[in-house]
Amino acid sequence: MKLHSFTIAFAVLLLSACASTGGRVNADPLEPFNRTMYAIHEPLDENVVKPIAQAYLDYTPRPVRTAVHNFFGNIEDFFSGFNGLLQGKLDKAGHDFGRVMVNSGFGLLGLIDIASDADIPRGGEDFGQTFGHWGIAQGPYLFIPLLGPSSFRDGTGLAIRIAASPILYIPAWEVRTVLEILGPVDLRASLIGTTALVEQAALDRYTFIRRSYLQRRQYEVYDGQPPPEAKDE
Amino acid sequence: MKRYRSFFVYALAALGFFALEPALAQETADAAVKRTSQELLQIIRADPKVQAGDQARIREVVEAKVFPNIDFERMTSLAMGRNWRAANPEQQKRLIEEFRTLLVRTYSGALAQYRDQKMDYKPLRAEPNATDVTVRTEVLRPGQAPVQIDYSMTRTQEGWKAYDIIVGGVSLVTNYRDEFSEQIKTAGVDGLIKTLAAKNKGTGST
Repeated sequence: MKLHSFTIAFAVLLLSACASTGGRVNADPLEPFNRTMYAIHEPLDENVVKPIAQAYLDYTPRPVRTAVHNFFGNIEDFFSGFNGLLQGKLDKAGHDFGRVMVNSGFGLLGLIDIASDADIPRGGEDFGQTFGHWGIAQGPYLFIPLLGPSSFRDGTGLAIRIAASPILYIPAWEVRTVLEILGPVDLRASLIGTTALVEQAALDRYTFIRRSYLQRRQYEVYDGQPPPEAKDE
Repeated sequence: MKRYRSFFVYALAALGFFALEPALAQETADAAVKRTSQELLQIIRADPKVQAGDQARIREVVEAKVFPNIDFERMTSLAMGRNWRAANPEQQKRLIEEFRTLLVRTYSGALAQYRDQKMDYKPLRAEPNATDVTVRTEVLRPGQAPVQIDYSMTRTQEGWKAYDIIVGGVSLVTNYRDEFSEQIKTAGVDGLIKTLAAKNKGTGST
């Protein structure tokens, strides 16, 4: 309960900070702080998180990994449906809730993604996108160690998402702990290819990740149809 | 007889060349993307060296099949933004070269990851005499969300060429514009060239 009121207070604080930054502003006013966070993140990821994810990819059979990925995807689909509703995207929300029902029931608690085989598309919505859809700007960019690129707006969404996570409310602590570890490992493992690409492509990883993230989120908020950006300066 | 035959071969080759030229010039932008990516996918699937992940061979394929369809000068100048005019012709030449090399390496690395992909081409919405269009495609991978890949293309004398690639909403040119301007701010155009060259030699630390 305490967690909830804290989250809400945090959310209100961050969102009001976002709302006041309109127009064309520096997307990363906290750059020195963020670069410090990135400097903390990178060795942690390189030496701890990434090797664990790589070992998971190397030593876990693919069907097991797929089932794990589907299980967490099923939870994400539920939140996507909820955010679809908040944005008034009823067809998307319908697809997501349909997916959750099919996969939770016939797909053994989400372990099998039957809905994708049946071509029911994922909405891919989240709280940050909902705020964006409501017209709230990104606000200052944030780099959070271990969690990666974010912003005041998206970070608020993420805080709500984590606080609402059903896994936190599983009574058996053993199950809860396993899932709390497995979720991030699955997520990091799914990003192995992406981070390898960034390493190859970037002159400065911090800047490259920041620009990619901000572009990607803009694209997601506008469901793949962002307003065109001028190419020539 | 032999001489006559070789003349015949040359004549045919020349004819073929000239016949090909207007065909390429008339090819629509989406057809150019489709042709290139299908040729590429065919090689990826059939070539044993590419299948084995031979980076040198993959680079060769990218150079031969993909890069003739990219307008590197336009791409580099867009990524440079207003700094492009501040660079002298020699610097511009070096920039195009180094950026090109960086992209071969990146593209080849990415290609090695995407093997069992299927491409879906969206209908082109453009005026028939447009000189600048966006071709939209989608890459479908089993068990994963589709990735939208858009190509910004310009009409040149050698047919349509891409000057920006937007993967899942992330524009290559926009990404590098930040990277380039940051390098130029701290070390000038020569500093950027040096950074690119070091990166391409594999010694660049980021």
